[in-house]
Amino acid sequence: MSTTRTLRFRVFRFNAETDYLPAYKIYDLEVDEHELMLDVLDKIKWTKDGSFSYRRSCRHGICGSCAIKVNGKSIIACKDNVFELADLFETDELIIEPSRTERAVKDLIVDKKDFWSKYDAVKPYLVAEIDEHPVKENLVTPEDAELINEADQCIQCGVCYYACPAVEVNPDFIGPAALAKAARFTTDVRDDAKLDRLEIVNELGKGIWDCVKCYECATACPKGVDPIGKITTLHNQTFEEDMAEDNVATRHAVGFKHAIARHGLLDETEIVRYSEGTFGMVKHIGVGLDMMRAGKVVMPWNMHNSKNLDEVKKLIKSSSTTTFKGK
Amino acid sequence: MSKLRYALFAGCTPKGSTPELMMATMAVAEKLGIELVELEAASCCGASHLQDFDDFLSVVLNARNLCYAEKEGLDMVTVCNTCQLNVAGANLRLKSDSKLKNSVNEKLAEVGLNYTGSVQVKHFLYAILEDYGLDNLAEQVVKPLREMNIAPFYGCHNIRPTDIAQDSNGGESPYMPTSLDNLIIALGGNSIDYESKNKCCGFHADLQAPHTSHALTGKALLDAKDNNADYMVTPCPLCHLNFDTQQKNAAKAAGREIGLPVLHLPQIIGLALGIEPKKLGLDKHVIDTQLA
Repeated sequence: MSTTRTLRFRVFRFNAETDYLPAYKIYDLEVDEHELMLDVLDKIKWTKDGSFSYRRSCRHGICGSCAIKVNGKSIIACKDNVFELADLFETDELIIEPSRTERAVKDLIVDKKDFWSKYDAVKPYLVAEIDEHPVKENLVTPEDAELINEADQCIQCGVCYYACPAVEVNPDFIGPAALAKAARFTTDVRDDAKLDRLEIVNELGKGIWDCVKCYECATACPKGVDPIGKITTLHNQTFEEDMAEDNVATRHAVGFKHAIARHGLLDETEIVRYSEGTFGMVKHIGVGLDMMRAGKVVMPWNMHNSKNLDEVKKLIKSSSTTTFKGK
Repeated sequence: MSKLRYALFAGCTPKGSTPELMMATMAVAEKLGIELVELEAASCCGASHLQDFDDFLSVVLNARNLCYAEKEGLDMVTVCNTCQLNVAGANLRLKSDSKLKNSVNEKLAEVGLNYTGSVQVKHFLYAILEDYGLDNLAEQVVKPLREMNIAPFYGCHNIRPTDIAQDSNGGESPYMPTSLDNLIIALGGNSIDYESKNKCCGFHADLQAPHTSHALTGKALLDAKDNNADYMVTPCPLCHLNFDTQQKNAAKAAGREIGLPVLHLPQIIGLALGIEPKKLGLDKHVIDTQLA
């Protein structure tokens, strides 16, 4: 015998062709302990209102169609259990919304053009000279295949993309899904377009340097892709392939190594100067003065070193794996 | 209860641009009888940026940091969410990847250290919650935070990624975190419920993408303010830097006045314990706390 509960669903309803504003309609439904959010959407459509619209297809977490938000949590509807969501939010009332309300076309259906155009921008396909009549197979070792395995699980559902706060406030940011896809190919030993891709994802304002490191993407991804981990892979490859331009973002990453080598600890004023350059400091003068007045600035002559700094210096010498020349 | 002792990984910001956090942490620990043994040999955690340049180096340096806590035989306490991410993150990776552990130990051997994986790393918030206990804390309260509407801001790196939070911070839910809310209530305050409490402040893009950073900072502050917060409180000094020192920029980006004082976690504990505001560094904020 399975348990059932009556839950209330507050559902985003909107038709871009006829409505000026969306409305939240309430549906009270009896839900079974095994039911998923997709079952709830189906029930609403089949028993309450046949005009209710949402995307669905495979029901098995493969097609990536049914991405929605429930109480703000970005999910694919065919994966999250309803009871578990109600328990997570300690509530009997769940709010069902499209992945991005601003992009709603009809109810839960969004115009995903922003997602797809950014996805296209990273060339989401293998670029390689293929011999159509090879003498023998082109084998990829299990170790090399393992490198792309995680990123290859992506189903383009957009769950991470619409969970990303940087995407929300910066419409130019390519976002976690496309960046993870870029890494899926830059890590593929058969691919010939690694440097092209790195150049694309390196652009300030759009690419890897605009990630805010909130880990929302890794938390939300229903397929374990760990997009932020793949963004780190791209950061690393940028330096390994000597593709890092000399700019505020790359200097900021490198600056930590310099700071640690010098004091063991971070000189916070110096990291800003190192990253921005002396002239770039000008725009921080206002904040700097405010901080000085509040007693928040450690002057360079007061900067102290961590104990046993020689150990740190030795380790930095012996354990460094990358270099940055700057351009 | 036997006396709680931890190795303190102070981090750079509490020793630099948020001296008030260090003052408040030490004052609260003393008052509660928690002994914090500062790891003076610890180096910067890499602040979630060093690994972009050199991942292995960042793990080696944090393994060294962990060695010092192991030497003391004490679990480690951090007071910054990002230190927590990096040090606890390195700990988790080293514990679950023996190949990595071996290559890191090869390097550490050069300076006479060896990482074993014997200590836990937790943020001070969870040391209070799990080890000291909220009931015990509530008993110590002499000046309850009555009539203070406080918006808890959790900060990403204490609650995400989930594997690290589960391993070290008592598995706090990234979607429904409760620790700070419960703490505020235990101190007699009103905890404000608002959407942004588990969102990102934008700090890590401050220099590279200031527009993104200011927009996120403003969004969270205004969300708290619009839900009647008198104060915001955060366990993370980096969130604090954005909310306090960058608040004017965030207001400019949002096109609205903000004027919301932001407190550090140990500052609200200290106030409730009756510690003098000056000792909690409440005069060292850019946005006037009106409490000092």
